[in-house]
Amino acid sequence: MSPRRSTTGARPPVLCSCLLIPLVFFFLFLTNSASLAQGETEVVDTTATTPLAPVTSLLAQDFKYDDGDKLMLTWVPSIDDIPVTGRVTAYEVYQICNNGEPHRIAELLPEVSTFRVEELHRDSSYQFYVLALAEDASAQSVVTAAITPEQEWLKWNWLNLMVMTIVVCGAVMVFIKTATKGRKLFVRKIAGLEAVDEAIGRATEMGRPILYIPGINDMDDVQTLASLTILGHVAEQVANYDIKIRMPVARSLVMTAARETIKAGYQTAGRPDAYTDDMVSYITDEQFGYVAAVNGIMVREKPATVFLLGAFFAESLILAETGNSVGAIQIAGTARPAQLPFFIAACDFTLIGEELFAASAYLSDEPKALGSLKGQDVGKGIAMAAIIIGVTLTTLATLTGAEWMSSATELIRSWFVVTD
Amino acid sequence: MEHLTFWGHFGVWVAAFLTLGIYSFLYRDNPWYKFTEAVFIGISAGYWVVVLFFDNFYGKFWVGRGEEPMLWIGAILGLMMLMRLVPKIGWIARWPLAFIVGATSGLWMMNYLTSNAMSQVQSTIMPLFGEGFGASFGEIIGNLIIIVGTFTGLIYFFFSKEHKGAFGATARVGIWGLMITFGAMFGYTVMSRMSLLIGRVDFIFRDWLGLIQ
Repeated sequence: MSPRRSTTGARPPVLCSCLLIPLVFFFLFLTNSASLAQGETEVVDTTATTPLAPVTSLLAQDFKYDDGDKLMLTWVPSIDDIPVTGRVTAYEVYQICNNGEPHRIAELLPEVSTFRVEELHRDSSYQFYVLALAEDASAQSVVTAAITPEQEWLKWNWLNLMVMTIVVCGAVMVFIKTATKGRKLFVRKIAGLEAVDEAIGRATEMGRPILYIPGINDMDDVQTLASLTILGHVAEQVANYDIKIRMPVARSLVMTAARETIKAGYQTAGRPDAYTDDMVSYITDEQFGYVAAVNGIMVREKPATVFLLGAFFAESLILAETGNSVGAIQIAGTARPAQLPFFIAACDFTLIGEELFAASAYLSDEPKALGSLKGQDVGKGIAMAAIIIGVTLTTLATLTGAEWMSSATELIRSWFVVTD
Repeated sequence: MEHLTFWGHFGVWVAAFLTLGIYSFLYRDNPWYKFTEAVFIGISAGYWVVVLFFDNFYGKFWVGRGEEPMLWIGAILGLMMLMRLVPKIGWIARWPLAFIVGATSGLWMMNYLTSNAMSQVQSTIMPLFGEGFGASFGEIIGNLIIIVGTFTGLIYFFFSKEHKGAFGATARVGIWGLMITFGAMFGYTVMSRMSLLIGRVDFIFRDWLGLIQ
C-alpha cells in the first residue's frame, strides 16, 4: 500500500490547486457581481458595446408615372430608432450606379422610412443601401438588387384630370363649332368693357393720346395674351377715330406681338397706312425702370385714357395713382389677386380676374374665344354642382351617420384630387 | 460711414442723389427726375441685355450646344424672330411667337386646372360642422365663409347667364366677398410697402446723413 501511496503522494497538491483556482475566481466573480448589483462601484453602459441594428426590408421600386428618372426607397427603421431615447441620430442613403463606387445621396432624420431618389437615368442600373448612424456606431443595411427606372407614357393617377380636361375641352369645341355655324352665343355684359369705347371716345374728344400698358410679364403669361386680344379691339377703334396710341412695353417679345396686333387692328379698320412701329416702344426689362419711364410718359403726354391690362406686380399702385393724378380715365384688369385692390381703389373700371379673359373673348367676338369662354362656364358649372352636392352629402353624413353618404362624398372628392 | 473709402462715400452720395431725384416726382415732373429716370432706364436696359446674352445665349446655348440638340430648336426660333429685321421675310417672325403662345397656353392650362380649379373644389367639399361635429363655433363660421364664398364667387364669374333675380343676388354676395378680401389685402400690402419706404428713409438718414446711429 505504501508504494502505491508513495507513487500517488504528489497528486493531492495538484488537485487542490486545480480546484482552488477556479473556486477563487468564481468567488471573486460572485463578489464583484454582488457589489455591482449594489451599485457600490462604477456603472457600465452595456448599450455602448451593443452593435447598432441596421434598417431592414430595404426595397427599391420604380416610381410610378414618371419620366423614368425616379426610384422609391422604402425600409423598416432600425429597432434602435426609438423616439427621444433612441440611439439612431440619422440615416444616410448611398447609391451605387452601374456597379460603381457608392456615394452618399441623402442624409435623413431618424424615423424616416421612405426616400424618393430623383435625377436618375433610364439607361443606368442603381443599387442602394442605408446606413443607420449613432453617436458611437453605424450599421449598414443590405444592398438592394439592381434596378433601372422605367418611363411611363401615361400618368394613370391623373385619370380624373384627363377626364375633366376632356369634358371641358370637349365643351369648348362644341361651343366653338356652334359659334362657327353662326349661332349667337350669349355672354353677359361685363361692366368694365362698356367703358372701353367710351374711354376711346373721350380721348378723341380731348385730342389726347391713349396709353396702353400690357403689364410687365412676357408672352408666356396668359394675362399678357388676353391683354393683347383687347388691344386688337382698342387698336381698331383708335384707327377708326384717328387718335394716337402709345404703348411702352417691358418685354421685347411683347413689343413684337403688340406691333403685329396694332397693325392688324389698323388693317381691319382699313387704315394700314396710318400705322407706325413707333406706337409700341420697348423701355426696359427692369420693373421699376419701366415704371419710372411710364410715369414720365403719363405726366408729360397727359393721356386721356390709360389701359392697365395684364400682369402687374408692385408697380400697380404707382402706375394707377399717376394715371389718376393726370386726370385720365383708367380701365384696369389683372388676374393677380394681390394687385386688384389697388386697381379697384385708383381706377375707374376694373376687370377682376377672369373678367380680363372674358373681356378679350367678348371684344374679339371670335367663335374660338367665345366658345372657350362658354366651355369654361361648363367647367364652373361642374365645380358648383360638385361643391353643392359634396357639402350637402358630407354635412348630412355627419348629422345622420349614414355610411353611403360618406362614401359618396369621398367619391366626389376623389374626382378632384390630383396627386403628384 | 466712417469705415467707407472715398469711392464708398461717392457711391452713397450718388445713391442719395438718385433716390431724392426719384422722390422729387412727388412734387412734380422736373429735370432732376428726368435725369434720374433716364439713368435708371439706360442702366437697367443695358444690364438686361448683358444678363440675357450671357445667361441665355452664351450660358445656355453656346456652352451646351454640343450636348443638347434641343437647344438648336430654341436658337432657330430666336433666329426666326430676327427675320423681322428683313421686311420681305418679316412674316417668319410670327412662327416663333405662335410657338411661344401655343406652348405657354398648353402648359398653363394644366397648372391652372389643377391648382385653381380642382384643388379649390376638393378643399371646399367639407362638412359644415366639422368631422364628427368636431368644429367649434368659429370653425363653423369659417367653413361657411369658405363654402359660400367659393360658390358665390363662381356664380359671379359665370358669364353664360345674366346677373338678374336670385342668380344676380347670389353673384352680388360673391362680389361682396371679393371686395372684403381685397380690402384686407389692400391693408396688408400697404403695410409691406411701408417697409420699403422705411428702408429708403433709413438709407438717407443713416447711411447718407448719419443722423441715425
